[in-house]
Amino acid sequence: MKDKLVTMAHGGGGRATSELVQAVFLPRLGNLELMELGDAAVLNLDGQKLALTTDSFVVSPPFFPGGDIGRLAICGTVNDLTAAGAVPLYLTVGVILEEGFPLAELKRVVASMAEAADEAGVKVVAGDTKVVERGKGDGLFLNTSGLGLLRNPPPRWSQARPGDRVLVNGPIGEHGAAVISRRSGFDLDSPVQSDCAPLNDLIGTLWEEGLGQHIRAMRDPTRGGVATALAELAARMELGIRVDESALPISPAVSGVCDMLGFDPLYLANEGKMLIVIDASVADAAVDLLRKHRYGAEAAIIGELTDEFKGVRVRTPYGGHKRVDVAEGELLPRIC
Amino acid sequence: MELWKRFKDPALAQKLLQELKGLCQGSSQRPTLMEVCGTHTVALSRTGLREVLSPYLDLRSGPGCPVCVTDDSDIDLMAEVARQPGVIVATYGDMLRVPGSYGTLLDLKAAGARVQLVYSALDALELARENPRDTVVMLGVGFETTAPVAALAVQRAASEGISNFLMLSLHKTIPNALRALLAENSRIDGLILPGHVSAIIGEEPYRFIAEESGVPAVITGFEAVDMLLGIVELVRLIVAGRPEVLNAYRRVVSPDGNPRARALLEEAFRPVAARWRGLGSIPDSGLALAEPFAAYDALQALGLRRPEARPPRRGCRCGEVLRGLIEPAECGLFAKACTPHSPVGPCMVSSEGACAAHYTYGRNG
Repeated sequence: MKDKLVTMAHGGGGRATSELVQAVFLPRLGNLELMELGDAAVLNLDGQKLALTTDSFVVSPPFFPGGDIGRLAICGTVNDLTAAGAVPLYLTVGVILEEGFPLAELKRVVASMAEAADEAGVKVVAGDTKVVERGKGDGLFLNTSGLGLLRNPPPRWSQARPGDRVLVNGPIGEHGAAVISRRSGFDLDSPVQSDCAPLNDLIGTLWEEGLGQHIRAMRDPTRGGVATALAELAARMELGIRVDESALPISPAVSGVCDMLGFDPLYLANEGKMLIVIDASVADAAVDLLRKHRYGAEAAIIGELTDEFKGVRVRTPYGGHKRVDVAEGELLPRIC
Repeated sequence: MELWKRFKDPALAQKLLQELKGLCQGSSQRPTLMEVCGTHTVALSRTGLREVLSPYLDLRSGPGCPVCVTDDSDIDLMAEVARQPGVIVATYGDMLRVPGSYGTLLDLKAAGARVQLVYSALDALELARENPRDTVVMLGVGFETTAPVAALAVQRAASEGISNFLMLSLHKTIPNALRALLAENSRIDGLILPGHVSAIIGEEPYRFIAEESGVPAVITGFEAVDMLLGIVELVRLIVAGRPEVLNAYRRVVSPDGNPRARALLEEAFRPVAARWRGLGSIPDSGLALAEPFAAYDALQALGLRRPEARPPRRGCRCGEVLRGLIEPAECGLFAKACTPHSPVGPCMVSSEGACAAHYTYGRNG
């Protein structure tokens, strides 16, 4: 790593973040569980398989169309546990407040956390509060950790094979588009709403209907978007993923924001989406099932695994192909 | 079908592709087209059309990515501004990661310089209002598209008496750059003209292209169908040997452009020579602040001198890429020493850069 100082790129969730983790954290803190680098660590405790994860939330602005930092902090950790194949149970919340932060806003954030936790059926069982001097924090930072019980059977990464299908539970890029259009001050007639939602109930239905045994892997495509999550899935499975772009659910509003700012929806963050790799024989059944749930109404098969190449290749609606890969860093809007 | 979908319609795109194939039949050599604008460069890659078109056309990227054409000396100048005490630099995101002699603006920021990402020059003005004890310097980069808002920001600063707002105007204008380019690269058979820039300046400023160089040019939009429409028109002109300038983006570009935006440019700026990476100094291709707004000129106000132009970084061939002389992959650094994660030249940094677009979407896994 040639950088001497931390730059914003190290927090972008892309290659620079991964380089920081590889160069600084893993050499000193690495162990069997951590080295998996999954959405959550899977722990074996007296025969019980637990999943444990943590996430910090520094989103600015703290309130955005479709959600706020409180809902995000609960959903993010619930979804990390869900992606690891666990039933989320308990959360902790750490709050870092900047001196002068309006209590009314804090109350709004906490109410929103309570509502999201209720919806997800998880309990916040421990917490911590710190206040830093004015100017030493960006209003409000949140951290949540989560503990869950691994579902039986858990996703079987080792069973992934060519022909397996990749599903997504709905339109992509909505959280990213909502935050960016809010941040850039666009005054849209109908602002894009963040998709921020807890997905444990939706994913749970797959297990309830006996499809859990066919699931190879899941990943929630947050920072870096569907592109980054697919690239990470492909790398970990040591297979290629062929994606059909015309099958990707994208709303007109997200498409519009992307056209305006020069973004590719594949790289925009999601906070209520799950990529699911599943045996081809039950893929249609899984889509039908997901579509019955409010968070899966527009679920679709977007691609399949292949051994013909490594990485991710997207077939465009015009017959061409493009490669997509791990995001390089923060998304930066184009100039003109 | 809803209007926005029609311009993305795969069936319509197929029809246009068939038409293009028909036009190209019988010609022994692929025509060389240059997409002048960086947004076209990205859109062609992102839609996969670059690959679909490659059997019929040799597509080259041009000098229409604002970050890419910014000269190394100007990048050093920006760093110099960021190092001034009491200065907050306001910049578009694309500029943050371009390496200069002092590293990138992002590096300088990590080391303590105050660098703020903005979406428009008006955000920078707001920043100046919020930080009355500091001087906010807007790094004015971009073409006729971004310059009108910069003009508006300077005018507002003047009318509202905001004196801690400065503009480092490195804005550039497209027409004379095309003149310089065509004088240099005789392989170009046709120009895909930038839709956004044309929406401001209209059709007239391009007339010289056909007259002086005998190369046809078509103003083109950015959706797949828009691009194919423009390209079909352009190839039709090439095949017929008719050097004309056509507008295939009429739903956005009116013949005289946007008079209000042009008036803003004329009031706030004056044309000057500008340094373009790869093309050198081109007369009347840059915008400096006009006399009534001289007090907002960051160079003068901060007493800075423009550094001498200096040779490109070792091995970097961005200059040739920008002139359409080579494809990104022909540069020895491409995808080896130079990647979006660790870029050597600006064409690999900007999301609109030809090298970044080829790297991100083009390589097969």
